[in-house]
Amino acid sequence: MADKILDIRNLDITFTTTAGPVHAIRGVNMDLERGETVAIVGESGSGKSVVMKTAMGILAGNAVINSGEIIFRYKEDDGSTQEVDILKKEKKWIRKNINGRKISMIFQDPMTSLDPTMTIGKQLMEGMIMHLKISPKEAAARAVQLLSEVGITEPGRRMKQYPHQLSGGMRQRVVIAMAISCNPDLLICDEPTTALDVTIQAKILELIKKLQADHGISVIYITHDLGVVAKVADYVNVMYAGKIVEVGNIEEIFYEPRHPYTWGLLSAMPDLETDDSRLYTIPGSPPNLLHEVKGDAFAPRNQYALKIDSLKEPPMFKISETHYAATWLLDPRAPKVEMPEELSRRIQRMKKEVKEDGSRL
Amino acid sequence: MAADYSQEPILKVEHMKQYFKVSSSFTVKAVDDVSFDIYPGETYGLVGESGSGKTTIGRGIIRLYDPTDGKITFKGADITGKLDKDTFKLLRTKMQMIFQDPMASLNPRKKIGDIIGEGLDIHKMYSTKEERKQKIDRILAMVGLAAEHYDRYPYQFSGGQRQRVGIARALIMNPELIIADECISALDVSIQAQVVNLMKDIQEETGAAYLFIAHDLSMVKYISDRIGVLHLGRMLETGTTQEIFSRPLHPYTRSLLSAIPSPNPRTEKGRTALEYDYATSGLDYDKGTLTKVEGSHYVHGTAKEIAEWMESTS
Repeated sequence: MADKILDIRNLDITFTTTAGPVHAIRGVNMDLERGETVAIVGESGSGKSVVMKTAMGILAGNAVINSGEIIFRYKEDDGSTQEVDILKKEKKWIRKNINGRKISMIFQDPMTSLDPTMTIGKQLMEGMIMHLKISPKEAAARAVQLLSEVGITEPGRRMKQYPHQLSGGMRQRVVIAMAISCNPDLLICDEPTTALDVTIQAKILELIKKLQADHGISVIYITHDLGVVAKVADYVNVMYAGKIVEVGNIEEIFYEPRHPYTWGLLSAMPDLETDDSRLYTIPGSPPNLLHEVKGDAFAPRNQYALKIDSLKEPPMFKISETHYAATWLLDPRAPKVEMPEELSRRIQRMKKEVKEDGSRL
Repeated sequence: MAADYSQEPILKVEHMKQYFKVSSSFTVKAVDDVSFDIYPGETYGLVGESGSGKTTIGRGIIRLYDPTDGKITFKGADITGKLDKDTFKLLRTKMQMIFQDPMASLNPRKKIGDIIGEGLDIHKMYSTKEERKQKIDRILAMVGLAAEHYDRYPYQFSGGQRQRVGIARALIMNPELIIADECISALDVSIQAQVVNLMKDIQEETGAAYLFIAHDLSMVKYISDRIGVLHLGRMLETGTTQEIFSRPLHPYTRSLLSAIPSPNPRTEKGRTALEYDYATSGLDYDKGTLTKVEGSHYVHGTAKEIAEWMESTS
């Protein structure tokens, strides 16, 4: 399947702020094939949201795109495939033809993405009337159908209600219904469950997964929760300080991580089997991108850092067809470094868990 | 110092109720008949979904609210109703709170040193300026901040550092009980681990007990000695971490545990979380009582329900 839907090449973005230029995105490459799910993982400030906002043309006014291209291939209503470079298009054109129509986004807090003064029904219909050019009557019928599809009971009555009358989980379901109302090719979920409870989180993720399969949508998840990633993603991009430092399929990232930052992220999360008295932590905090980074941005926090890390930025080393990591540790001249013992023990345990009991719970 | 169960509990909550009157005909029962106790040096985790009353309990204990009914005993003193001067002082010094959002809970116009020293000022816990500075410097070092941070303002710090300030402010009073209300939820994963490790170290050093309120069960499991599960203002199940996780009895607890995403793609992909809906579960929380199962494991339900759950899990 060589049907790439999104192809981001060498994206480089600087924000001009009163304190000086902030080099937020430093050469990001990423691609996504039709029907797949990709997760972008990283701490706050790593630039994961910025990349996706660029793809939707909704960057803040002080952003300067230094270089790069974002090729997006979508299906027209007549079935033909179109190809555009989002970065070369006018904001107005993107607003009219792409946003909400071909690419939809689900944000973290459902309360702030719904208009408190409009009924659920009216908000749902708005996009369909504008983009699909259908009559309000048709739109209303479709809205009711969408609401029941996302698991909202009594959709007819809910149409007339306001966002404040719904619970957080319900609201997020409405937002999801809105996002898929115009049959998008790509759905971007920016921390879709962070504001929700665990029990509801699981339900929402299962819903998105089901809709994705039913409608053949590609999904990008932006998250810092590795549990969420494990549940939904096919491929994972690990981002740090405006760069992708490791990319691979889900098995490679979780069972054979190669970048020390990925090791840190995986170890820092206590799984239910952790009994040690201390959690592994990544020392320090992420770099301030106001200052130009020299060498590997992760080096100051990296206990395995080599001398070259502070001098030269590591390239992406290829590990397998799908697995790449940007760390000098993978250079053939580097000393052999294994992942922390505790992490490798945990991975062994996770693998075993599956063998013994494939149908856990 | 590990939890000391041979001593009297440092905090005893008995039949606590917290109602909020919305209108003459409608009252929200945010906390309804909740009892538990915390021993010196112990960490008690309170979990539950939003709206379950976990934060209300924390705030009721430290008397940010006035509990409607029930008895709360802290270090042998009754801290419900109208407090006399000594009890009030005991409550305001020996019990401290760490809040969720480290930006919203620090006064942006005060220097870090003065934020941390505010408690000392109010309770006049020093005789000379040097002594005050010394105390603050010692606490700064304890939470991993430097002495030169004394003169900075909150906006100059990252989220993790701000939460360290929040912890320092609580610690300076030498508290015996710290209520940590979702104190790591607003932090990044790698920073969460740093703060949790810090809290563990502090407990070892000072022997303080924690009431750890959170919705992240994997973190709660990691830090707590005992856990209480709340839903709709009721305590549904409580026991040691081991008891709750190895044999969850109440259907709500089981759905809560099944919803925790684990960072293991092979098991996680094929798994769906258990469903639990109070309205359709057939349970009536008004009928059940908190009943002892074994050891320190208690579960809320009628005798018949509990027998059924025991059957299905044994």
